[in-house]
Amino acid sequence: MKVLVFIKRVVDYNVRVKVRPDGSGVDTGGVKMSINPFDEIALEEALQMREAGTADEVVVVSAGGNECQQQLRTGLAMGADRAIQIDTDKTLQPLSAARAFLALIEQQQPGLVLLGKQAIDDDNNQTGQMLAALWGRPQATNAAEIVINGNSALVTREVDAGLEVLDIDLPAVVTTDLRLNTPRFVKLPDIMKAKKKPLDVVALGELTSHDDTNLQIGQWSPPAQRSKGIMVDDVAGLVGELKNRGLL
Amino acid sequence: MSEREIMEYDVIVVGGGPAGLACAIRLKQLNPQVNVCVIEKAAEVGAHILSGAVIETDPLDQLLPDWRDHPPPICVPVIKDEFLFLSKRSARKLLTPPQLSNHGNVIVSLGAMCAWLAARAENLEVDIFPGYAASEISWSENGEVKGVIIGDMGVDKSGKPKDTYVEGIEIQAPVTVLAEGCRGHLSKQLIKHFKLDQDCDPQTYGIGMKELWRLPEGRVKPGLVQHTIGWPLDKQIYGGSFVYHLNDNRVALGFVAGLDYQDPQFMPFEAFQQFKHHPRMRALLEGGEIISSGARAIIEGGYQSLPTTEMPGALLIGDAAGLLNVPKIKGTHQAIRSGMLAAEHLHAQGDVITSQGFDKLLRGSPIVSELKKVRNIRPGFYKGLWLGLANAAWETATAGWSPWTLKNHADHATLKTNLSIQREWVERELPPKDRLASVYYAATEHDEDQPVHLQILEPDVCLTRCAEEFDHPCTRFCPANVYEMVTDEQGKRLQINAANCVHCKTCDIKDPYQIINWVTPEGGAGPNYQNL
Repeated sequence: MKVLVFIKRVVDYNVRVKVRPDGSGVDTGGVKMSINPFDEIALEEALQMREAGTADEVVVVSAGGNECQQQLRTGLAMGADRAIQIDTDKTLQPLSAARAFLALIEQQQPGLVLLGKQAIDDDNNQTGQMLAALWGRPQATNAAEIVINGNSALVTREVDAGLEVLDIDLPAVVTTDLRLNTPRFVKLPDIMKAKKKPLDVVALGELTSHDDTNLQIGQWSPPAQRSKGIMVDDVAGLVGELKNRGLL
Repeated sequence: MSEREIMEYDVIVVGGGPAGLACAIRLKQLNPQVNVCVIEKAAEVGAHILSGAVIETDPLDQLLPDWRDHPPPICVPVIKDEFLFLSKRSARKLLTPPQLSNHGNVIVSLGAMCAWLAARAENLEVDIFPGYAASEISWSENGEVKGVIIGDMGVDKSGKPKDTYVEGIEIQAPVTVLAEGCRGHLSKQLIKHFKLDQDCDPQTYGIGMKELWRLPEGRVKPGLVQHTIGWPLDKQIYGGSFVYHLNDNRVALGFVAGLDYQDPQFMPFEAFQQFKHHPRMRALLEGGEIISSGARAIIEGGYQSLPTTEMPGALLIGDAAGLLNVPKIKGTHQAIRSGMLAAEHLHAQGDVITSQGFDKLLRGSPIVSELKKVRNIRPGFYKGLWLGLANAAWETATAGWSPWTLKNHADHATLKTNLSIQREWVERELPPKDRLASVYYAATEHDEDQPVHLQILEPDVCLTRCAEEFDHPCTRFCPANVYEMVTDEQGKRLQINAANCVHCKTCDIKDPYQIINWVTPEGGAGPNYQNL
């Protein structure tokens, strides 16, 4: 079974992001960029499947400019067999990304498609779901465990009420949550080996001519500063303060 | 236990700072066929390095003649220099010392510049490996440096392998170039092992702390370079501040304190924060926000403390050797030059390369003659600020031709028991309110479940001798609040918050008993400095 893993190049989770003073966006000048952590978990899962024999090929894909080749090479160093860059200098919104990914899926014919549940820059949590819907195939999101059973999979999902187990037919889309696995460290020699693995580039226009920008970002602002708290001497004081603010 | 996997190179460079990258770039320029790798413990080149920094551009012009066509992301030409003496409430402009006159120089972010240099190195096909810590030396049978061993990853707190365990590989090369910067851990081991410092004075250091701020419109004057001495330091403590005005409403400010201070109660971080509350500084910073902060030890020993820089199988460049020019407070140009010199030395030998001959070459070069010229300035301050300034004026006027050479003394031996100085410091409201808040802006990150990388070689000393003699100065000189004395049911004990560490190496330097040994944590861990 071929597994396609879609990864996104995002601001590293350690970076202290700042909103640009004019509110036009987040300042990403000179900041460290990494594979979206949930996507890394997706890739790790695919690699473990190949090691267990349930998958035979892992292809890692990313949409973006040439900078995202850095993340694709990391994916290859982790152990992916091939990489594909969907070349575009546009920032793709979830629907556009889903359409591009669908076009690639139709070419590649994978048995399983894995993505992170959401990207840590925009936190949309939409691409995997939209992709499954456009593809007309099952989806299991926020996966904490995936067990492949031939032509179907048992996916344990983390939901608000606890854990839910879905039995889905393959091929399908599964998006990953934090507890699925811990991604491996890259061994130094594998970085060198990754340089020789195939990395193909396909232009976005070759995959889809849809241009979905139905969302327009109005403005960015940092969260409001928390105002200083005050200490009260006793319960009576607390009640008094709450009453003063019309809360009691 | 299986044999470690081995990778081979012609030259290994340990450290992705300006010295290491200049060396790697120059090697490839001289011979595109040579196999060079740069091992860097930070997750990304530039993430562990910080400096003011105002740099002299000549070495960069020599290394990359076209660099000005695509300069590093932060590169502001110096327009004006100011040198001020601060008292608690006022400031007086003094004549700018010639060493601090920066005409023709540029203000950069050293971290951003290293990332930029790394990209140039990669274009020349240098293999750069960020996120891997060169943790040990690999020794040959006849006691020569054969290469380095990368630290294991995925080891838990007690030293046992976790599910993600990856054994560090060994990298071998005829020559390993140590470019770890000030107080590099491998350099420290090698200097001790090969007794490279037996003919020189003890090395001396300072601690540098820096913050990057964004200020309201109209306050920043790009290209303005200010240095101050005086308040909040007393006349015994060497040091002062820097304020460099960048572009985009940003200002880089910082504080340096010599680690030869005598007062065990002195807290360098607090001195930095006090400086920010001087009326002039407060007026500049009020209403602004911190973007990034960090700290790093600075090497100050210069000429007298320069160890032998070569040993069988390895050599030292940049601040791993100790080439920073203290009166100029600049080391980057020296680092780049030494990297290039090392590359040229190795290239000139043809097929069989060896470190032999590098030390002589370095000592005969302009790099060391620059150090020799200013060698008496920093040690002059052992007698206090005023004599230090007078001596500095003399040494500047005589251009280092004094027939004597003042001696350097070990920083860890300077603390005086029972010294207590009233500092009259003010209440502070500018951020960060304490060291923990400051560490947040360093974005330092260590997996908690790994061996503690700060080894205390004689733990009994803390609660006995140190408690009596110096009252735990580690809890004060660390800029990241790593060391804490806590009292709980087990009694009083030292708690090491290793995850806060910003890899500055101050503890390794200043601890009066020299029982703190800094080793590398898991590769990729540590600060994530942005534009510092």
